[in-house]
Amino acid sequence: MRPPCPVPVQPERTNVMRPETEAQLAEAIRDADGPLQIVGGGTRPVGAALDGAVLETGALRGITLYEPGALTLVVRAGTPLAEVEAAIAAEGQRLPFEPVRWGPVLGAAGDSTVGGVVAANVSGPRRVQAGACRDSLIGVRYVDGTGTVVKNGGRVMKNVTGYDLVKLLAGSWGTLGVLSEVSFKLLPAAGAQATLILPGLTAAEAVPALTAALGSPYDVSGAGWLPGVGAMIRVEGLAESVDYRAGRLAVLLARFGRVVDERDGSAALWRDLGEVAPFQGATGDLWRFSVKPSQAPSVIARLGYPVVLDWGGGLIWALVPEGVDARARAGAFTGHATRMRGQGPGAFHPEPAPIAALSAGLRAKFDPRGILNPGRMG
Amino acid sequence: MQMPTPNPAVLARKADIVARLRAQLPADAVIDDPAETRAYECDALSAYRCMPLAVVLPRTTAEVAAALRICHAEGVPVVPRGAGTSLAGGSMPSQDAVILGLARMNAVLEVDYDNRFIRVEAGRTNLSVTGAVEGDGWFYAPDPSSQLACAISGNIAMNSGGAHCLKYGVTTNNLLGVTMVTMAGEVLEIGGPFCDAAGLDLLGVICGSEGQLGVVTEATLRILPKPEGARPVLIGYASNEVAGECVADIIRAGVLPVAIEFMDRPCIRATEDFAHAGYPDCEALLIVEVEGSEAEIAEQLGLIRQIAERHNPVEFREARTEDEARRIWLGRKSAFGAMGQINDYMCLDGTIPVSSLPLVLRRIGEMSREFGLDVGNVFHAGDGNMHPLILYNANKPGDLEKCEAFGAEILKLCVEVGGCLTGEHGVGIEKRDLMVVQFAPADLEAQMRVKDVFDPAWLLNPAKVFPLPASESRRAA
Repeated sequence: MRPPCPVPVQPERTNVMRPETEAQLAEAIRDADGPLQIVGGGTRPVGAALDGAVLETGALRGITLYEPGALTLVVRAGTPLAEVEAAIAAEGQRLPFEPVRWGPVLGAAGDSTVGGVVAANVSGPRRVQAGACRDSLIGVRYVDGTGTVVKNGGRVMKNVTGYDLVKLLAGSWGTLGVLSEVSFKLLPAAGAQATLILPGLTAAEAVPALTAALGSPYDVSGAGWLPGVGAMIRVEGLAESVDYRAGRLAVLLARFGRVVDERDGSAALWRDLGEVAPFQGATGDLWRFSVKPSQAPSVIARLGYPVVLDWGGGLIWALVPEGVDARARAGAFTGHATRMRGQGPGAFHPEPAPIAALSAGLRAKFDPRGILNPGRMG
Repeated sequence: MQMPTPNPAVLARKADIVARLRAQLPADAVIDDPAETRAYECDALSAYRCMPLAVVLPRTTAEVAAALRICHAEGVPVVPRGAGTSLAGGSMPSQDAVILGLARMNAVLEVDYDNRFIRVEAGRTNLSVTGAVEGDGWFYAPDPSSQLACAISGNIAMNSGGAHCLKYGVTTNNLLGVTMVTMAGEVLEIGGPFCDAAGLDLLGVICGSEGQLGVVTEATLRILPKPEGARPVLIGYASNEVAGECVADIIRAGVLPVAIEFMDRPCIRATEDFAHAGYPDCEALLIVEVEGSEAEIAEQLGLIRQIAERHNPVEFREARTEDEARRIWLGRKSAFGAMGQINDYMCLDGTIPVSSLPLVLRRIGEMSREFGLDVGNVFHAGDGNMHPLILYNANKPGDLEKCEAFGAEILKLCVEVGGCLTGEHGVGIEKRDLMVVQFAPADLEAQMRVKDVFDPAWLLNPAKVFPLPASESRRAA
């Protein structure tokens, strides 16, 4: 499933910095005399190709605090995601938002880091139930564009002390500051899971079924559609509860078509969905749409290209021929679109002028010299 | 409580400013008669009062924008106000400020079950948001204890929490989008009924910014289908330490209750005298609530009982009927009122790591003796958000100051053990000057720069959140 695919052109790595402490990170930024490319695991090469010296966070590594009884984890930003997942799984816990790896579908090798997950605000299928990465993120330490270390939030899950820069840093793609440490609220891992599959449905037909499931009281933790599989609805939790809710959902969904209760293959299906497995290695550009779920069928129809759906239809991955402006092709919709793989300008969704002005104003405050991933989100 | 000197130029032009507002807004939307503006001199932090310059009560976003444009042009500070229930002085006026009250903007604009959201005008009360959808089996999750009165605009300003946020999160986790008017009078649409922001997460920093970045006039909120059922249990313990261990064990066991509430002996006694909920006579009491179908509730409560019994509870009481469930919650929900019957009180809001609970409760007990003021503790134990209620006598000279000094010591302790000054009430004026305990100058500077971008002249709610010396040069500019 993972043959080589076109790797975005990377400028030659002539100058690579790899600080081992937050103080060294701050010094590297303070002393920088030109633009910096911030790299965690290098698995999410989205947006404009950058130039300038490379600043890697991979040596800022390790868990600094983990309290299972308080559901809290503090970890250095360059720590591999896999290391974090293993450590908390050993205590029967997990990151609520189900971080997903985009490396394979974006054609980028390397190990995803927690800092990268936060910088791109990456959330998986469980986002419909547990919120996004930014919703589980309770604290950050970062170095701004002047080389100043800043902390915001902390290690407790209820905290309204001062402005919430934690959210602002999540999804800022390294343009406001370089993360050195992040804190998460965790959740107990589910003992059991079940996936109800409606194999007969097309992507557009799946949306009403997913909507019905998400509108039920059965605490659905995944609602998507994979080509060759069909509509998928997941429930997780204590074993008897999973049986009960899967049973009730099967009854509820029967009006949409045949329902299959999948247990053994459930986890693999959601991994495939999160990693957009059907489009790994496929040629063409890859687009990611966040839309009002009820608009998904019309967006899918106007696009007319292969799709994968997540978040009840609210997230559409579309594989389109190289160079096609899928955003324009989708017509009017409520939401936004990002070109995740492919060349040229306009990867990130254009912003209305007043919002763009605020964003530019914030970047100018956080990074007055404009050296942190400049143009990355442009 | 120190407040900045009111701008004499603004005070001198009061008549002109009011006249300009009247020219642009409906006649009943501008109030400057002291008999009427008196109602706006304080919020729920009623120890501090100040008469505002005037009060504006708009009915539309366009009227909000018009009022802000005038105040911006005149250099008049604006204090946004939802329902005025802030415990931190978030909507306390200054003498030179116009209060911008959203109470008349309370309509439901759109309910969309397929896309699971409701869009409301931001002056609508929290409970009436759920009220608009509960007949169809839906609810809005954040449930601050003032939910009958408090407005969504204030919830967004303070990023309010509630008893059930262990499972459902706080306001920021349930907010999808806002219509917001900047101090310059520009109307912005941020976010909407879809997932995540395009570009920077402006919505994330607006929520919890205490009305300092803009005036939110409309909000798109996530709504959820109601669970099939819910049931609380009451567990009594002979010591705070053991109760704290039980909380940690429940969390570690993989059960996720929707609420874990904790009350200590002074609070149990006070509420028992007041509400007669039938609580056991013990040192510490937990209320744990789970949700789901009958079978799911039974499965979770079975696990919780096993864990609780390992710690030898003095009481384990499961609600078997609606009435028993109501009685279990009765004391907890009456706690603030019960303490208020005894004396005036100050309600704190620090958060601590759950593991520090026994230490913090012990230290609060010691400080209570040192300061000679009684304190009761009632709080959200699952997330470590404490609400120590310090009792004092407002009519006794020096008592308020002593109470504030005691409160400050408790909040410093919260920060010292790895927590924070405020978990859900906000900083306002109340904790403004303690911010330096939690944040280094660079941390505060980073936050103030965000305000510089949204409100360069520092006219929106200017004397809040940041220590006055830290914000002085900006406010004076």
